[in-house]
Amino acid sequence: MSFFSEALWVLLLGSLLGLELIGKVPPTLHTPLMSGANAISGITMLAALTLIIKSGDNLPLLIIGSISLGFALFNVIGGFLVTDRMLAMFSRKKTRK
Amino acid sequence: MTFIAPVKFAIDLLAVLLLALGIKGLSKVRSAREANRLAAIAMILAAFGVLLNSQGTIGISINSWIWIICGTLIGGFLGALTAKRVPMTAMPEIVALFNGCGGMSSLLVALGVALFPSADGSDGLVGELIRNFSIVVSLFVGAITFSGSIVAMAKLQGWLSTPSWTQSKARHFFNILCAVIALIGGIYFLIDGQNGLFLIVVASSFLGIGVSLPIGGADMPVVISLLNSYSGVAAAAAGFVVGSQLLIVAGAMVGAAGLILTQVMCDGMNRSLVSVLFGGALGASSAASGGGGEYTNITSCSSEECALTLEAAEKVVIVPGYGLAVAQAQHTLREVARVLESADIEVTYAIHPVAGRMPGHMNVLLAEADVPYEQLKEMDVINPEFPATDVVLVLGANDVVNPQAKNDQTSPLYGMPVLDVQEARTVFVVKRGMSAGYSGIKNDLFDLQNTSMVFGDAKKVLGDILLELKELGVGTKG
Repeated sequence: MSFFSEALWVLLLGSLLGLELIGKVPPTLHTPLMSGANAISGITMLAALTLIIKSGDNLPLLIIGSISLGFALFNVIGGFLVTDRMLAMFSRKKTRK
Repeated sequence: MTFIAPVKFAIDLLAVLLLALGIKGLSKVRSAREANRLAAIAMILAAFGVLLNSQGTIGISINSWIWIICGTLIGGFLGALTAKRVPMTAMPEIVALFNGCGGMSSLLVALGVALFPSADGSDGLVGELIRNFSIVVSLFVGAITFSGSIVAMAKLQGWLSTPSWTQSKARHFFNILCAVIALIGGIYFLIDGQNGLFLIVVASSFLGIGVSLPIGGADMPVVISLLNSYSGVAAAAAGFVVGSQLLIVAGAMVGAAGLILTQVMCDGMNRSLVSVLFGGALGASSAASGGGGEYTNITSCSSEECALTLEAAEKVVIVPGYGLAVAQAQHTLREVARVLESADIEVTYAIHPVAGRMPGHMNVLLAEADVPYEQLKEMDVINPEFPATDVVLVLGANDVVNPQAKNDQTSPLYGMPVLDVQEARTVFVVKRGMSAGYSGIKNDLFDLQNTSMVFGDAKKVLGDILLELKELGVGTKG
């Protein structure tokens, strides 16, 4: 049970941290922030990795894990790149000025 | 062997720190780009930590490596391709798509562990009941996130319309029915340990569809933001399933931050989250309750007249909206602005907090068209300037320039912050037709003496204005 109680603490503190991290966001950044946070939620790729590693020679499980990993990485890589593309437009304008 | 556990621990801590700094930094203009990279680095670190730890403790078989590499390459390649090729106007749809895939990933992990309990990644760290409960949560939230996001994307793309039954009370029964079926499936799985899984997945998928299908275009960003928060919750639940604290903390952070962002977006539109989710499309409920009525005094004019007035102006304010984004007219708009500027006419852009399809979306679109950042003015800054403005050009915006929000207490829009364009000497509204905005509410602005309508697609009208301006010789002298 110790993992579970620890994990509950982690859940609680993580949630509180998330609530505090974003205070005032300028409207300009709503879209990039959403897209960036979205990329981070692709962290389930770690779960997919774990699943593949632990599945040994179980073929159906390997396939499920691999598809899951693909979906997660689609989210992560696509999310970060798209966020960067959006943010690059703002910073380019600033430096040119 | 013994040094691997502390190293993995240190990597995890560092990754969490970087992720937190990343989210924090993303909320400031100056640090946003670096923050995004920090978060990306944190993800790479975290993946590396998992691989290192597994290699060191139980070993990773060649078979596993092959499947890992396959998944990584295919998913990563498609993600990168999509990110590079998608036009900036489709940004909200693409965020929804990515988000749905994140939810799908959590769902599949839970499904895998549930179908083959021997693969329980937690090494018996988690009791069976708790693990099963986490599986249920992960399936439930993951399925809602996936189906809801896909529906959101399809609606924003215009692939799906809003069926009329979703605007009636029937949808509440449908959604409650789905939720109850999912709940029954969940309890069944907790007791039985095997069956009930697909019941949860199917019922929650329908619930996701039932919740997001009735929601109108203007409120969709709020839903996407909320689903984004859900995908964080799904990730945290998957963390419980495989026993990863890093996943739990990251998922919880995204979930909570997403919730705050959703709230911030709602505030910008003067809507409550409850009314977005359960009120249906704004127009459906408000059409009868006031703000209706017929237009009595519409003046329409050609783009030629519009160009003549623009030529004579000294100070022009452009109000870009959703219609501009749809028509992809931001580049043509930039051309018109350039011509006017070269004739010493002052051009600024008034950005309403929810202009475009998503808060901040318009800033991104205009930035793409090389509009200088300093010409974009936020609502509070530009509102006092309207009385001194000669011409206001409203491009595909509607509700955000409706004076009802200030004057008419019975209007459903009352209290929403709006741009006071009617204070300017002349207002041109470029619009495809007389149809109402998202809210379905009559816009009193169109009836005013100083307002003229220019009917047509924003891109075409701007193109015509550009031609007229060039024929008039505007800006060619200098």
